[in-house]
Amino acid sequence: MRRLLVLGAGTAGTMVVNKLRRRLPASEWRISVVEAGEKHFYQPGFLFLPFGGYTTEQVVKPVAPLVAAGVDLIRGEVDRVDAGQNRVLLSGGRSLPYDYLVIATGVTPRPDQTPGMLDGGQWRKTIFDFYTYDGAMALAKALDAFDGGRLVVHITDMPIKCPVAPLEFTFLADAYFRQRGLRDRVELVYATPLPGAFTKPIASARLGSMLDDRKVTVEPDFLVERIDDTTLVSYDEREIPFDLLVTVPLNVGADYVARSGLGNELNLVPVDRHTMLAKAYDNIFALGDANDIPTSKAGSVAHFAVEVFADNFVEYAAGKPMTGSFDGHANCFVESGNGKALLIDFNYDTEPLPGSYPVPFAGPFRLLDEAAVNHWGKLAFRWMYWNLLLPGRPIPLPAHMSMAGKHIPKSEE
Amino acid sequence: MPVTTIAGREIHVDDEGFLTSYDEWTPDLAEQLATQIGIDLTDAHFKALAFLRADYATQGETATLRRVSTLGGIPTKELFTLFPKKPAKKMAYIAGLPKPHGCV
Repeated sequence: MRRLLVLGAGTAGTMVVNKLRRRLPASEWRISVVEAGEKHFYQPGFLFLPFGGYTTEQVVKPVAPLVAAGVDLIRGEVDRVDAGQNRVLLSGGRSLPYDYLVIATGVTPRPDQTPGMLDGGQWRKTIFDFYTYDGAMALAKALDAFDGGRLVVHITDMPIKCPVAPLEFTFLADAYFRQRGLRDRVELVYATPLPGAFTKPIASARLGSMLDDRKVTVEPDFLVERIDDTTLVSYDEREIPFDLLVTVPLNVGADYVARSGLGNELNLVPVDRHTMLAKAYDNIFALGDANDIPTSKAGSVAHFAVEVFADNFVEYAAGKPMTGSFDGHANCFVESGNGKALLIDFNYDTEPLPGSYPVPFAGPFRLLDEAAVNHWGKLAFRWMYWNLLLPGRPIPLPAHMSMAGKHIPKSEE
Repeated sequence: MPVTTIAGREIHVDDEGFLTSYDEWTPDLAEQLATQIGIDLTDAHFKALAFLRADYATQGETATLRRVSTLGGIPTKELFTLFPKKPAKKMAYIAGLPKPHGCV
């Protein structure tokens, strides 16, 4: 029996085992997945929890039923990968041998990495995150009790999961305070280590003007050094006092990746950006947020990358060259408040552009433009996630980005 | 690809003035590039530049500030002192490397 071992039953890991269980004969392949947690979270739903949207049942399900029959689900914490010996050691001492290993343990927000964030006495009092279920639920209470002052939305450092989520949170907060008749008493500040609202120029200009329209003050190039009580302090000694801070802590890969000598300075596994094969070992892949590919850390990227990987892996395991090449395709709905959203579609080489998706001119979705149809698309995606994506069923969207339907705005020079 | 002349030499650069050819960089050229953005290079600057260039040679990508501080051993605070306001961009510019792509 050949052994495929997957670490992590999150978005990427679950898709990998479910897809490959259908592709690899049970008589020849044992497929196992190691997962420490009992619950699988629909992480895009965390954005809506602080504003009272979504119930627990809609964003949380038990892990086990999501993993296909014929896949061995192993409960446990990874201690380290012994890549030289092709085995993984669990915390209890159990040793799991493998022929091929997939690292899919993602990244975790780490408030302990910024002095004063977790240990300054303000965590979950005036400082909150919404990238964890507990954080998003705690923030819902804090927002409900908030009756005015300065709310700072803050990103510690890039890369982060879903880089548009802090923008979405800001748009939704603006709409939320308007609905409550409080907007005049709330000052909204957006502090980012990036030079603007987003990394890519055309989208950054569009999203930046949406922040302006909503009277949000942007503090660009702000790299936090520490938090002094209720003040953010940057390395170049700018200070931003807050009454309520909604921060995105540093996103770091799993500690065992570092202990195993497989990670970079953020515990991300360096891989070939087209095949996700680890640079250091020819039988280790890293998928989803756990790798270092230069694209968004997002479920859509994990999905498109897993599509390419699954075909490639069947070839690779048969001793053939991998013929698929991942292009860095990402596709994200950007919630903008009041029942509208934008859609952005891009890859390694093409930044988000205006147009329609997936069908040129017809859409129905509109790229880089606020529309109700995009908002409904975002809500419908939750059903697709649980019912199509995780089970590894086909979704009628091509894995590779297409230029059809996109147009490049004329330069204003 | 634009070509510019710095200190009597023709240098290949991109639209924003970042060098596009790794091998056209010299320490003398770094002094010129630094002067253009108002920085006088010291040994401390050159230590950072040397790490960036060595790291680029093996990784094929411009190191992030976190990488320079973690692996290069130069604290982020010091990088902000040496290359004020936008250290990642300024270091890459002076080191003759591509602009760091801000990780999407």
